[in-house]
Order: sequence, then C-alpha cells, then structure tokens
Amino acid sequence: MSLLTAQNVSVQYRDRVALQNIDMTIDQGEIVTVIGPNGSGKSTLLRVLIGAVEPSRGRVIRKPGLKIGYVPQRLSVDATMPLTVARFMSLPRHHDPDEVRRMLERVGIPGLENRQMSDLSGGQFQRALLARALLGNPDILVLDEPTQALDQRGIGAFYKLLEQVRAEMGCAVLLVSHDLHVVMASSDRVICLNGHVCCQGAPAVVSEAPEYRALFGDGTEGTMALYQHIHDHDHDHNGHNHRKGNEHAG
Amino acid sequence: MTMTTMATITGKAMNMLDDFLIRALVAGVAVALAAGPLGCFVVWRRMAYFGDATAHAAILGVALALYFSVSVFAGILLTALAMALVVTGLAARGHAMDTALGVLAHSALALGLVGVSFVKGVRVDLSAFLFGDILAIGQPDLWFIWAGALVVLGLIVWRWSALLTSTIGEDLAFASGINPHRERLVLTIALALVVAVAIKLVGSLLISAMLIVPAAAARQLSRSPETMAIWAVLLGVFAVFGGLESSLQFDTPAGPGIVVMATVLFVLSLVVGAWRHRNTN
Repeated sequence: MSLLTAQNVSVQYRDRVALQNIDMTIDQGEIVTVIGPNGSGKSTLLRVLIGAVEPSRGRVIRKPGLKIGYVPQRLSVDATMPLTVARFMSLPRHHDPDEVRRMLERVGIPGLENRQMSDLSGGQFQRALLARALLGNPDILVLDEPTQALDQRGIGAFYKLLEQVRAEMGCAVLLVSHDLHVVMASSDRVICLNGHVCCQGAPAVVSEAPEYRALFGDGTEGTMALYQHIHDHDHDHNGHNHRKGNEHAG
Repeated sequence: MTMTTMATITGKAMNMLDDFLIRALVAGVAVALAAGPLGCFVVWRRMAYFGDATAHAAILGVALALYFSVSVFAGILLTALAMALVVTGLAARGHAMDTALGVLAHSALALGLVGVSFVKGVRVDLSAFLFGDILAIGQPDLWFIWAGALVVLGLIVWRWSALLTSTIGEDLAFASGINPHRERLVLTIALALVVAVAIKLVGSLLISAMLIVPAAAARQLSRSPETMAIWAVLLGVFAVFGGLESSLQFDTPAGPGIVVMATVLFVLSLVVGAWRHRNTN
C-alpha cells in the first residue's frame, strides 16, 4: 500500500480555490518533489497530506500507523518559551538522550543539546528541525521549503545532507521547493503544481514538458543546468572562492 | 471585665483571624497550582487578553446566577466557559482579535454590573467579585477551589506534551497525529475553571495577573518549559503568602496585595535574569 494517497482532492477557502482535483501517491522510499510558483497551493497540498487541512472534496488516505517526520518552512519559537535543543527533540515523544546525541551529530550540529533553540543560527535551526523529524524513524519525511531561510551555500549543504541521511534511512521524502535547480535531479518524481497538477513524472520528463516550460521558462538556463552548477559547487569546494564570513550551515 | 474574659475575647478574635487567613492561604495555594502552568501557556501563546475577557465575563455570570437563583460558582463557570469558547472560536476563524476581544470583555463586564442592580431583593457586594474578598471564602468554597484547581492541573499534566507541541507549531502537531484544535479547547476549559476558582481570592479584574505575572517571572529563571511551569507555581505560592501577610500587616486589600507581591517577584526575576545573562556572556 502507498504511504500517502490523494484522491481527487480539492481545497476551497472562503474566497478562492487553493487546490483542484489533485491525484497523487507516494510509495515507500520514493523521493517526490512538488514545485510550483508562489500561491500555487504547494503548502496547502502538504497541509492536506499531513492532516492539517480537511479537503473540501476528495480524500486523503494515509497508511495506517504512518509515521511522518515533518520539517516546517520555519518555526518561530516564542521568546517567552525556554526550550533547549534536547527538549525540542523529544516533542511530542520522548527519545533516548543517546539517540538524540547521535542524531545531532549525524545532521552536523553535535553537542548542541543544551543550547536554547532561539540561540541557534538559521542553518543550525534547520538541521535541528531535520534531526527532530528523523528521530523515531519516520516512514516519510515531509519538508516544506526547508531552505528558505538559508543562503546559497547553506542550501547546497542542506540538500546534500538530506540526500545522505535519506539514503541511510531509506524513508520516503516529500519535498516542497522552489529551489528548482537542487530539486530536480535527486527526485524520483516531480509534481508540477499550479492549483492543479500541471504535469508529473521523472525529472527529465517534467523539465521537457510544455506545461512545465510554460510555468518556469525554457531557456538554456534550464533547471538541469542550474542543478549541475550547485552540484559542482558542492564537490569542488577548493576550486571556489567563498565569501569570507559567510554564515555556514552548521 | 476581668482579665480572663478579656483574654478569651482576644483569643476568639485571634482564632477567627487565623481561620479566614488559613482558608485564604489554602485557597491561594490551589489557585497558584492551577494558574502557574496555565499561565505559562497564556504567556507562550500570547493569550493575555483571552484571560481578561474570560475573567470579566465572570461578573456577567454573577448577575445571571442571581437572576436565575442558581449557585454563583456555577454561573461564573458557565459564563466564563461560554466567553472562552466564543473567543477561541473567533480566533480560530482568524478574526482580528484585538477589537473583538475588547468589545466582548468590556461589554460582558458592564452588562454584569448593570444586570446585578436589576436583580430585586438581593443585595450583593459586587466588589467581592471585582477585587476579591478573602473573608468571603468559606469552608465549602475551599472544596470547589481545590477540586477546580486539581482538574486544571490534571488536564494540563495529562495533555502536556501535546499542548507544548501544538503551541510550538500547529502543523508540527498535526504531523505527529495531534489535533491542535482539541488542545486549544483544553486550554479554554482550563481558563474558565481558573477564573471560577480564583475570583474570590483576587477578583475578576486581577485574575489574568495571577496567570501572567508569575509565569513571566518564571521565564527568567528557566531553561525548559517544565521548569518554567514549576517556577510559576512556586512564585505564585510565594506571592499568595507574601500578599496575604502584607495585607494583614498593613490592612490592605488581599487580592491586589497578592498581585503586587507577584509584581515584586517579577522585578526581582528581571534582576536575577540580567545578572545571569551577564555572567554567561
């Protein structure tokens, strides 16, 4: 059985239709990326799938006992709430301190257990969110534009880490992103969204699809080319001149 | 009058004093126990005005209870609950809350004040409900107060993890299988209960101070949500003891005295917080 299935899902807000007749599935271990312009319903789609929004029509089927690891776009922990990284890791379910320590190491922020969440840098914060989502071995990792608060270098590092941990853990990934260049190559499937599903399929197929090109353009600076650039950047650190004092993720 | 009768009279007076003071202390500890953890959520979720609206509605509850000749406690509880539900309902629909809350809170208060004067044949001292009156706390009240406080504490301890997750992020909660709307309802019910429990001690006008001030003071001393809740209780208890003691000493009103003491603790906590901050940096 698929982990998540949307059957003919529509979401209607008071004054507008956010999603229309969405059909999609995510299977075990699959990496699915949802892309689309601003206001295309990407976040609404995620929120329907995790159960935060009731579809106005159609239905969402979750595999019984499905464990979701959710990484929100951002999280503003109110300054009035004291919250250490370790405590945040055990919300809502308790995790063994050893397990927490190993996970923090794994995502590249070792030893930060006793730091306050509000004292973390943008990159550290995103990694802490990822660590929390991964604790308890989720069946699927759901990420809503997880790199919005990061700079270019941070984005590259975050996706590289994401690919590594997901290869180790084998969970499915559902990612909403507008970082087109990073997203396309690592996905098994890309869903191009604009209120409805414009087109979906393998990255190469989608990037050739006329619907996709209508939304994102089709010049020689296409997505794959952009992805290559970031890819090079990650694997060829010494060959690049990084800006000094740039905030590093981690 | 002989010396012995004099002694007996003073002794009796002392006993009476002890009795109402002890009842006030016992009630105050219960209020602090419930208001501490709930107050933390009020602070974290920025619900301060919710507390006010709910507490002000209690005065309307008094009027309604007198009119329908039912128990004042029940009237307060039901009206506070109704107000809390209306307010959370409005907030959930994404209404601009500032104005709506202002209208609701103050109209409920005014309506209550006007309403009471219409109730014929009953002369009721409203100031007891507005400002609190520890002399009005009788033995049966203590049972209500403790029962209500324990229910609030129980609810919050039971839902603690889910409440905390929902407070940090609603979508985070949904993804973990927690329904944040249900958790918000838990807080709403707890808020109405605390109003009913605390009204005779500190009065409708100052109930939200009992929620916010100890929690705000606790923030400076805490590194986790749990320690903040525990500190809020301890500081609340301390404020109750100090406030009652000083009101006895200086013959000042007890409820406001408790809140003044809580405020003193808050200021002290700022000093401690600043000192700690300087030492860690």
